[in-house]
Amino acid sequence: MTSSPVLPKLVGQRVKRREDPRLIQGRGTYVDDVKIAGLQHLAFKRSDIAHGRILAIDTSAAEALDGVEAVFTGAQIAELLGPMPIGTPFPSPEHRAVAADIVRYVGEPVAVVVARDRYVARDAADAIAVDYEPLPAVVDPEEAMSGRPALLHADFPNNHAVGPLPAGTGVGGDGTVDDTAIDQAFADAEVVVSQRMVNHRLAPTSIEPRGVVAHYEPGKDTLTIWSSTQNPHILRTFIASLTGLGQDQVRAIAPEVGGGFGSKINIYGEEYVAAAVSKRLGLPVKWVEDRSEAFLTTIHGRDILAYVDLAARRDGTVLGLKLRLVADIGAYNMLLTAAIPTLTMTMASATYAIPAIRATLTEVFTNKTPTDAYRGAGRPEAIYFVERGMDMLARELGMDPAELRRRNFIRPDQFPYTTQTGAVYDSGDYDKVLDRALEKAGWEQLKAERDAAQAEGRLVGLGLSMYVEICGVGPSSGLPTGGWEHAQVTVERDGRISATTGASPHGQGNETTFAQMLADQFGVPFDHVTIRHGDTAVVKQGIGTFGSRSQAVGGAALHLAGGKVKAKMAKFAAALLEAHEADLVFENGRIAVAGAPAAAKSFAEVAAYAHRPIKLPAGLEPGLSDEAFFEPSNNTYPFGCHIALLEIDRDTGEPRLLRMVAVDDAGHLINPLIVEGQIHGGLAQGIGQALVEEVVYGADGQPLTGSFMDYAIPRASDFPRFELDNTVTPTPVNPLGAKGVGEAGTIGSTPCVVSAAVDALRGLGVKHIDMMLRPERLWRIIQGGQA
Amino acid sequence: MAQVSITVNGKRRSADVEPRLLLVHFLREHLNLTGAHVGCDTSQCGACTVLLDGRSAKSCTIFAVQADGAEVTTIEGLADGDRLHPLQEGFWEEHGLQCGYCTPGMIMSAVNLLNDNPAPTEQDIRDGLDGNLCRCTGYQHIVNAVQHAAGRTREG
Amino acid sequence: MIPTAFDYARATSLDDAIARLQAAGGAGKLLAGGHSLVPLMKLRLSEPAVLIDIGHIPDLAGIRESDGVVEIGANTRHHDVATSALLRERCPVVADTAAVIGDPQVRNRGTLGGSLAHADPAADYPAAMLAVDADLHLKGPGGWRVVKARDFFQGVFTVDLAADEILAKVTFAASRASAYAKLHQRASRFAIVGVAAALETGGGIIRTARVGLTGAASSPSRLAGVEAALAGQPATAAAAAAAARGAGDGVSELNADIHGSAEYRRAMIPVFTRRALEAALARAGG
Repeated sequence: MTSSPVLPKLVGQRVKRREDPRLIQGRGTYVDDVKIAGLQHLAFKRSDIAHGRILAIDTSAAEALDGVEAVFTGAQIAELLGPMPIGTPFPSPEHRAVAADIVRYVGEPVAVVVARDRYVARDAADAIAVDYEPLPAVVDPEEAMSGRPALLHADFPNNHAVGPLPAGTGVGGDGTVDDTAIDQAFADAEVVVSQRMVNHRLAPTSIEPRGVVAHYEPGKDTLTIWSSTQNPHILRTFIASLTGLGQDQVRAIAPEVGGGFGSKINIYGEEYVAAAVSKRLGLPVKWVEDRSEAFLTTIHGRDILAYVDLAARRDGTVLGLKLRLVADIGAYNMLLTAAIPTLTMTMASATYAIPAIRATLTEVFTNKTPTDAYRGAGRPEAIYFVERGMDMLARELGMDPAELRRRNFIRPDQFPYTTQTGAVYDSGDYDKVLDRALEKAGWEQLKAERDAAQAEGRLVGLGLSMYVEICGVGPSSGLPTGGWEHAQVTVERDGRISATTGASPHGQGNETTFAQMLADQFGVPFDHVTIRHGDTAVVKQGIGTFGSRSQAVGGAALHLAGGKVKAKMAKFAAALLEAHEADLVFENGRIAVAGAPAAAKSFAEVAAYAHRPIKLPAGLEPGLSDEAFFEPSNNTYPFGCHIALLEIDRDTGEPRLLRMVAVDDAGHLINPLIVEGQIHGGLAQGIGQALVEEVVYGADGQPLTGSFMDYAIPRASDFPRFELDNTVTPTPVNPLGAKGVGEAGTIGSTPCVVSAAVDALRGLGVKHIDMMLRPERLWRIIQGGQA
Repeated sequence: MAQVSITVNGKRRSADVEPRLLLVHFLREHLNLTGAHVGCDTSQCGACTVLLDGRSAKSCTIFAVQADGAEVTTIEGLADGDRLHPLQEGFWEEHGLQCGYCTPGMIMSAVNLLNDNPAPTEQDIRDGLDGNLCRCTGYQHIVNAVQHAAGRTREG
Repeated sequence: MIPTAFDYARATSLDDAIARLQAAGGAGKLLAGGHSLVPLMKLRLSEPAVLIDIGHIPDLAGIRESDGVVEIGANTRHHDVATSALLRERCPVVADTAAVIGDPQVRNRGTLGGSLAHADPAADYPAAMLAVDADLHLKGPGGWRVVKARDFFQGVFTVDLAADEILAKVTFAASRASAYAKLHQRASRFAIVGVAAALETGGGIIRTARVGLTGAASSPSRLAGVEAALAGQPATAAAAAAAARGAGDGVSELNADIHGSAEYRRAMIPVFTRRALEAALARAGG
């Protein structure tokens, strides 16, 4: 009866997810599944022009429809809500949740309808008539930088949102710039490669669109808000602030969240409006985004162009890098918009010891949907520009692209390594990951196969990319919300363990990985542990899940909280067993005296005692619950090497990915099965950017990719089987040695696919091709036209 | 309003509905079967996939009135009591899902796929899932999940 | 995502449907599988006041052959066409075409008649119907009328079909040496360029050829120049390639969008013409 099976260690094992049984049976509760008696539905009337002044709005026909509760114009919403705040220190123009005078992108809300169901709400929104005076649409970011053809915001001359902002060698903390070193690097260069590159605009497109339910209860003066968000605690903070409620009066719930990829970090106008309208009417309200709305109003990602100059010696030693960046951020600053392109500067050194770097960033307003964090957020852009540059340099020098990279790597003994743009890389072994990738891919043989195929006239190309990125985001100095994470661990009266995490997941499997960790830490069965998340009434504090932080920061907080509770539990057990705490072992669901296995107490026995401590050991409070905030000392910097083999159809220009090898180093892995899934998904998005995904605007600012009819995301049939491997270089930044992995696949894959396409066309003298690799674009190159 | 009577997961369900009511909203709003999800408005994503008279169909592209008299199977009706369908097991075993939003539709499409072709090649599986978009998994574990289920079905 | 309101009626027969169309006086629209119409209604690009559901009319679906003439009912679903043993054996171009429409769920619901009557310029079926020189059988208040596929398609979403007529079935002579080749638009899966070829061969010679084009231009068309160039030529890949070379030259009103410029589409016509011809030839004499 007291004998229990020997429990296997779970950390590092491919444990099946405990989230899955509900999700595979259609029993998950996403925000659109939330129902409340009396629930009203919102629909937004949105601008159908890119830039214009609102002259008049006629809502009478909408108000006359049966089932319409209320209609609010932008001016009426402005009486309920102030301007939307942002989360970066950069200056920002006024941004209203619903525009009252000027619209600045197609899709910007101009009115909102409250109605009994979503059908009536949509009818009513369509019945609103808006009269606009059109203004010139600002579409091209480089043209916009000179203030043409219009200014979006009067206080931002030349449409400059940020900058020009310098970073790198010779840039002082006070903003002074000394160009001596970078100029010298280029003066000393034996070879310089220069290229303008575009890292184009993308739509994050989580398959679950955004959605919100807001329920203000007048008698209680409290607001509950369900949202498809990556960070309910941040949502609560911002919603409380703008609705005039205290944070204690607002409860934010992230139910099942159907993907986010950064797009659900933001606090959107629709969420503020739902809260304000619910409070005003005293009714619960729901809004769920249509896909065609999502393409217009959920943030976009990337959209940075770069002028890249790479200076080197003929032996391949890189002497200097210049990156002049222009980020097209769209019409407004959202939560982190302005900060994202600065990460491109931060990561400009990539995996290389580049002695002189000058990065300059200008962020520009245009009449497009605002950009913000999309999987990778600033780091894929840096890696893309540098890796494409390295590839061009290798071609220029006639060197093997792997060898050129190896020659410039930051060496293992140089960590922690401070780059010229101020990043402090925690740990790394780039040679090792490159070697593993070359071996996994069969690099030399692949090159021979590529050469043989090209000799036959086939357009087969090989691409390789290294990457390093920022995960485990990140000390509080880098985040306006704070960069810590919180966890609470409780051994319940029956000896089972419940824990909360502020790292609110949306597909990452934290319920599983965190239960694995606690089960090992306490020596209890996996199914004796329950992880709760996503509800600010249950989870006392939190930041959220983005920047690949849930394991490296959230997991670390959980580990610390667990350690505190375990230490306290040991004290109670020591009292019960009349032993020293130091002699106790936690294993197989029991606490035993080392070397005397018969002397043991079950978890239930110790927990019962701790909750009714007769008598209470000196210096202890009853109960077995404690919390921890983990504040990391630094980000983590995982890295890897990706290799792609690709063939282009000579007749049509259609590219086809033949092989994709990814070797990643994310430090210690808690659950390799989940890690593989994260990498697969990242690869799909990174490859998707190169091959099938692009947000396109017409010259009038009209979006041309407003649905899945025109914006493709990859399908299963677009991919070969991905070939994965990993190396393990632990981080010293957290007690787990785990670096984080959520964005890795997205970062290395894009440049290596593009480099493979360039390689396939090398016989045509091609040096660079801008993404996305549309068949027509490749076909034109094959026909001898321009890239 | 129109009267519809649809057999959903073996139970006959009748209601007065607006003719424009989409089948997916009939399932979700009238029957509280919220497993079928809405992920797009142009019939690409497949998150709303159910079986209509035994074949996979996008329930966001069908009016409930069109399904009057038909049989519908949703993800909620797939398991046999407590016993998961082999595809549900496959998705669990092979980590075929992350956020889970596309999963019910993906599984229902895979049911159709294996009904048509019990021993698919990997390419058959990838092509057979052309009507379902997943943004999380990169599809590889989904392919593994279908292979897992195909193997079990053949053994079974 | 939400269509405008409409009245719905389920037709019990062709005549019932025709009577309802007449009663609707131009505000009525036929609903078959709905996979062309419903997405447009959800985006409110189509707002019919009356929908007449012909999806349950008996005997409007099915594939049969008698005396060398194949008949496909308008309500036959793409999946059933794609997997028809009869078509795969006797007239594979039609099965080929159905097999690459949309995706599996779309093929499970979408119908031949719905696709043809809708006449999306990027739809696949029109090319195949042109290649097999199909007769489209229309029923109206005055009875039956037969229109050749080449006369049926008149422009973007425009066909020779009166407001009170219904496309009930298509018939065509089986063509074994036939195939369809398509350049997919990668988001929607529609055709950027689709070419269907049907050849009559004998004694190693191509006696007649019919080649239908879709996707490239505002409406589907026959590639008469290619057809003329093939007639009497040896049934070889070289002859096919030679005939295909100028396939795009005479095509007018080319479509252009972000997925392919007019120039690109013109250039893709010979590529997919050659591919369709080669695949058709590979089936000749089988």
